[in-house]
Amino acid sequence: MSVGTPRGLASSGQKPITEIPHPLSAAEESLSPGPDVSISSGGDKDLELTNGTLVENSSPASASSTSTSALLSRLQVEDNFEADAADLYATTETRDLFVTVDDPKKHVSTMETYITYRVSTKTTRIEFDLPEYSVRRRYQDFDWLRVKLEETQPTNLIPPLPEKFVMKGVVDRFSEEFVETRMKALDKFLKRVADHPVLSFNPHLNAFLTAKDLNKRQGLALLTKMGESVKHVAGGYKLRARPPEFNAMGEYLDTFSQKLGTIDRIAQRILREQSEYLTELREYASVYSSWAGSEEELQRPLEGVAGCVTTCCGALEDLSENMSQDFLPVLREYVLYTETMKNVLRKRDQSQAEYEGRLEAAVLRKQEDRTPMPLEVEKCQDKMECFNADLKADWERWQCNKRQDFKQLLIGMADKNINYYEKCQTAWESLVTVLQDKQTEDKTRKRPTRQQISTAELCSCSPVGQIEGGV
Amino acid sequence: MIMADSGSSEEAAVIGNTDITSTESENNIINTMVERGTSLLKKMEISVAEAEKRTGKNTVNMQETYTVYLIEIRQAESATEGGTPAAPDTLWRRYSEFELLRTYLLVTYPYIIIPPLPEKRAEFVWHKLSADNLDPDFVERRRVGLENFLLRVASHPVLSNDNIFFHFLTEEKGWREAVLDTGFQDKVDSRLKSLSAMLRVKSPDRRFTALKQYSDELNAVVSQLLRVRARVADRLYGVYKVHGNYGRVFSEWSAIEKEMGDGLQSAGHHMDTYAASIDDILEEEEHYADQLKEYLFYTDAVRSVCRKHELMQYELEMASQDLAYKKQQKEELVTGTVRIFSLKGMTSKLFGSESQEQRESRLSALEQSIEEGIEAVMEKNTECRDFVRAAWEDIERFKEQKDKDLREALISYAIMQISMCKKGIQVWSNAKECFNKM
Repeated sequence: MSVGTPRGLASSGQKPITEIPHPLSAAEESLSPGPDVSISSGGDKDLELTNGTLVENSSPASASSTSTSALLSRLQVEDNFEADAADLYATTETRDLFVTVDDPKKHVSTMETYITYRVSTKTTRIEFDLPEYSVRRRYQDFDWLRVKLEETQPTNLIPPLPEKFVMKGVVDRFSEEFVETRMKALDKFLKRVADHPVLSFNPHLNAFLTAKDLNKRQGLALLTKMGESVKHVAGGYKLRARPPEFNAMGEYLDTFSQKLGTIDRIAQRILREQSEYLTELREYASVYSSWAGSEEELQRPLEGVAGCVTTCCGALEDLSENMSQDFLPVLREYVLYTETMKNVLRKRDQSQAEYEGRLEAAVLRKQEDRTPMPLEVEKCQDKMECFNADLKADWERWQCNKRQDFKQLLIGMADKNINYYEKCQTAWESLVTVLQDKQTEDKTRKRPTRQQISTAELCSCSPVGQIEGGV
Repeated sequence: MIMADSGSSEEAAVIGNTDITSTESENNIINTMVERGTSLLKKMEISVAEAEKRTGKNTVNMQETYTVYLIEIRQAESATEGGTPAAPDTLWRRYSEFELLRTYLLVTYPYIIIPPLPEKRAEFVWHKLSADNLDPDFVERRRVGLENFLLRVASHPVLSNDNIFFHFLTEEKGWREAVLDTGFQDKVDSRLKSLSAMLRVKSPDRRFTALKQYSDELNAVVSQLLRVRARVADRLYGVYKVHGNYGRVFSEWSAIEKEMGDGLQSAGHHMDTYAASIDDILEEEEHYADQLKEYLFYTDAVRSVCRKHELMQYELEMASQDLAYKKQQKEELVTGTVRIFSLKGMTSKLFGSESQEQRESRLSALEQSIEEGIEAVMEKNTECRDFVRAAWEDIERFKEQKDKDLREALISYAIMQISMCKKGIQVWSNAKECFNKM
């Protein structure tokens, strides 16, 4: 969810985080209607501006910005309308950075084998030299980006990446399924970053999207430096009390991740049950088939039933595959996301702890020797308040995304199940039609009388041993 | 007896109508039986209306609980003009009395494929279904099975005319004595013999051999089908029930959500509905299993007709063989040649041949025996021929009935599946709507 970031912001160049006006503050009056405004459902009439005129619509966010720049940006978006149609995160009318991850390829070198993905970028931002980029990146590179983002934007929630390590032998790192699932997760990660009003301007993201060769060594050096400073900050300060709003967040996250875990278990259980059901169903079909072999009139109906059951087996396989490919990975990703969020909360706590600690020390010293409040303490306070504000903003975004994602996920699950039943229903219905037609056909067909049958068969009787006496 | 081309109304109900319920489809079978229009069914409507538990003392003076079934007979020429329909005649019968009736029919009409009774004990159960004979669901299904049995007999061109059967339906007291009075039990022993004996028939009737083989195949495949079906039902039950867990977790989750809460909560209810729906679905499927079971048990009846024929054939062959032997003996006696080893022949060689008188008396005895033998063979031959004719008439009737009934059963099964799919679509659509409102 974005709130109509004015185009002016981008052109003023990269600003320190504290100077960039808070996204929420600028448009507090514009309550974004949230997902309803999303372009995800193609053909949303509110956003079709074919002749460039502003259309009256229900979204206050767009109604409030009547500036030419906003108009321009909306027109810009329209060009890429089609591309966005399926994209969940195209919830803002002013997006000017579009990224995609696709086209996985295997690379074999003497040292190792790995997969790279194509990362495509389209943008109108002036931070980028060209309007389009296409580079190849591997998982390591995504990981690097994530680390850099965490370092340079410690107060922001960084979206999670799919699991780094997979047990060799248990999961095939090069199977189509695995690569496909991972790629989707990487795509989602990058889109979330690109969507973030702050993260998307991070120079490391820029490098990631544009550089031919990522210079990582530079990053590594920075990492060690940053790591130390982070440790320094964290050491020795205990948090007194978490403000209630952050407390609520923490509690929510705990319960939420617990529920996610339960849902994961249930889904896995369902998959197991479905698999066993499928096994039995297959045998069931084959018994009907073998029965058909010893029948005449009933052969076709029985084969028909066998066929229907087999069709249902196929439909069930599709359903199960979908659940394990699409449903479970997204669910698990959110577990990671939740963990990340908890970490950010903890960091915020540390920042508050540090401030309080220093404040206390300073107050004591002030009481002793009347020195003014040290600049350090004020800086700490600023940092903390910044952190709090960022976190609240990110939290709102996260909540909105979460709602969107789960709505999508669960609707998808419902759709797949409906699909499954529809396929089965169709198969059985066509069988019934065939069988009932045959029924009426039989009723009207002329058949020989029983008398005629008996006589005919009598004549074809086989001899019954030696028969004496008149027959 | 060809089923008369019924009025178009029934056909219209059947063409392309996939909305007919499985119950309606089953009723089609019953309607067919009634339509067959035996004279018995023209006079009366038979049903097994109720089941009741009773306790009483059994033959060894011990208390036992058993179930009795109420047979209702209504006069088919129903209402008296303008008045209320006459009250049905009713009587109560135990399962064991049904068994007695059936045994009687088996013995008395060995060339007829006697309709089977519903199973005494529940077999091929899937885990949830009770295997307890006193379980109300089992009793209910048995009631239906018993009614089916009576209708099958009542619609049979031969069996429906049987007096004992008629009295079974109409005389509660004294029926048992009447059956035993027929002395059918004497024939029971020979039947048992025929079923268990390993007979070697020299020239078996190919048609009967084929029929027996088919019957064995059908028995095997339907048994297997019932077993696998039970396992399928078990698994399907598991899949549905696990979804119920979604209901609970969605409910818990909705408690911590603001905007998503309502949608989640309602969706959870639908998941509960989904999980609960499997009970009715599988209960209905039991009807299908019962239809299959009827034909499984029918194969036993077919088998016993084949065996009876085998026995007859065997006896005929034995009689013919015996006759041939006697004739040969006579020939030897007449011509004086010894082709067949006989003690008499040996002793006459050793101790001198017999006198003319002795020879002639033996000859006349043999001739008498031969005449009796010829008559016996003729009798057996006729018996066999009659049996074969009557049996094949019934077998053809049975084949037609089987094809029709099983086709009907498959249709009703398909309809059940369609209904299950529709329910599934309904529930998931409802859930989807709730998710949409999240």
